Amino acid sequence: MTTNTLQKAGNETVFDLSRSSVRDLNAYLHELPANRPCDPVRVTHLTGDHSVVAGLDADLDIQVDGHVGYFCGGMLRQARLTINGNAGQGVGSNIESGQIHVRGDASQSAGATGRGGRLVIDGNASARCGISLKGTDIIVKGNIGHLSAFMAQSGRLVVFGDAGDSLGDSLYEAHIYVRGSVASLGADCIAKKMRDEHRKELAELLEAAGEAGKVDVNDFTRYGSARQLYNFKVDNIGAY
Amino acid sequence: MSETILPHTPPRMSATFDDYSLAEIRRAATSGIYDIRGGGAKRKVPSFDDLLFLGASMSRYPLEGYREKCDTSVVLGTRFAKNPIELKIPITIAGMSFGALSATAKEALGRGASAMGTSTTTGDGGMTPEERGQSTTLVYQYLPSRYGMNLHDLKKADAIEIVVGQGAKPGGGGMLLGQKITDRVAQMRTLPKGIDQRSACRHPDWTGADDLELKIQELREITDWEKPIYLKVGASRPYYDVALAVKSGADVVVLDGMQGGTAATQDVFIEHIGIPTLAAIRPAVQALQDLGMHRKVQLIVSGGIRNGADVAKALALGADAVAIGTAAMVALGDNDPKWEDEYQKLGTTAGAYDDWQDGRDPAGISTQDPDLMKRLDPVQGGRRLANYLSVLTLETQTIARACGHNHVHNLEPEDLVALTVEAAAMAQVPLAGTGWIPGKSAM
Repeated sequence: MTTNTLQKAGNETVFDLSRSSVRDLNAYLHELPANRPCDPVRVTHLTGDHSVVAGLDADLDIQVDGHVGYFCGGMLRQARLTINGNAGQGVGSNIESGQIHVRGDASQSAGATGRGGRLVIDGNASARCGISLKGTDIIVKGNIGHLSAFMAQSGRLVVFGDAGDSLGDSLYEAHIYVRGSVASLGADCIAKKMRDEHRKELAELLEAAGEAGKVDVNDFTRYGSARQLYNFKVDNIGAY
Repeated sequence: MSETILPHTPPRMSATFDDYSLAEIRRAATSGIYDIRGGGAKRKVPSFDDLLFLGASMSRYPLEGYREKCDTSVVLGTRFAKNPIELKIPITIAGMSFGALSATAKEALGRGASAMGTSTTTGDGGMTPEERGQSTTLVYQYLPSRYGMNLHDLKKADAIEIVVGQGAKPGGGGMLLGQKITDRVAQMRTLPKGIDQRSACRHPDWTGADDLELKIQELREITDWEKPIYLKVGASRPYYDVALAVKSGADVVVLDGMQGGTAATQDVFIEHIGIPTLAAIRPAVQALQDLGMHRKVQLIVSGGIRNGADVAKALALGADAVAIGTAAMVALGDNDPKWEDEYQKLGTTAGAYDDWQDGRDPAGISTQDPDLMKRLDPVQGGRRLANYLSVLTLETQTIARACGHNHVHNLEPEDLVALTVEAAAMAQVPLAGTGWIPGKSAM
């Protein structure tokens, strides 16, 4: 990494990707201490780079100015990452804690296998949003594509817009809230009654994402697992 | 006048509808569901038994069996990783999950492998402290399910193995039935206790080789390009799968034949999908050679490895190392006749027990039952595994020396002949006593 790659703007470190590489960026981020707050970082001049902010485990705010390619924010811990652009496939894959905020749209498999933390997408998310989810809270302010929350085990998926086909196929214990229409439900996913506890849960999710008061929790439908396919039963063969 | 008694036609059983097939039809008609079991293919397929080494004679010069050195070391991950893995023997322990196996069994595998200077591998259930603590070199599997996958464990791993498939079920995902989903297993997998867990067969965030290239790049970035990245495939189209693995940027390819075991899946899957280990190696090596990557991207072969002859034959056909799973379990005590009374109670017999999915393993290995688990002493089990690995190594060296090689990697196809036409065709070595390789002209 060249010495003029990093610039300081106040307490913010600016990382210019036109003068350095994603490898340099990630190596720098991996050197940050995991046990105390760090100064903010800004990444500029992106050209759809892949693996931007990969495996970051530090308490800081990091702004990414531009569009990112595949697997931005993978396995993130602690940090608050904002992508001021669109995100390619697998944004926030296996995120463990912290938050990722995509200001634009997200491609396929956003938040796949996420174990914790929060993923907020201002635009739309493509297919398989929240696939194999294991604990992350995902808030999509637009629409989501087909096979979203496929085999989702834990965590919450909130969608302000519409959901594509086969929502929640083979769902385990993740909670899904959709305000718009659902093209079709996957195997073992059913609409469920919104009780007070669910309205409270949804309101808390919206507040945590900075969206409190912007949408009415009463406009959402809750979806969850019917739990009919949790164990092999001959009578369920037709469900697959 | 006495009556002529015509002889009866003797009872004749059908070769097609044999006893096993008839019993399976009756079982299916009664239960309405396919058979699920553990292990690998049980039917006879062309195998390493169909190959022989020629040994040294007038045209080759042997090494002294008890004096001259025959190196067994292997380095894995030399292509891109900053920290390749150096093993003392070319025999590794294949991925087997905590959940499928008990924590004590995983610990025993770690102990045995470490004692012999080789690696062990996690499985579809995350990394346990028992296994990490006892494994000098631990390969962390990155599976479609991503159960238990987390940054801290990833950084603790010595290598990463992206699992695309396994030989027992290429195209299938993992399976762990409710009897084995205890509190600890459920917690590690983020699943409700007691459910029949079916893992995904596809990775959730990449589909083809182009995506995989970027996934590998992500894992390298996360781990600062330090750790070797393996790619494991079930043997089905080995030439193209290995070529795509190389294209995707893998450091090591793990190729698992149909005799390779699984914790649980449908019997029809195990017996009818995928190809034998013997048939898979040469196309895989050919792909590496065509790309100029043989010995640069290392090849680990698994599926039915039982003895040093199998190891030597795999290496001679072009593998850099082998992996053992079922054999390692047997070394720990799986299917031991000393538990025969209990196998009988389970409706089976020692040597045939394969209901690993039920979690009632009398040997205390493929179970989560605390009482059964106590039957396996991890220290003693580790010692047994180390002994077994030692014998495999000595046998491999014996063969290599007899063929005149001072490193087991110097074994080559020219050291081999085949006993059957099928094996000659699959292994691309001459039928014994001839110069004929099916598909190629005679010498």
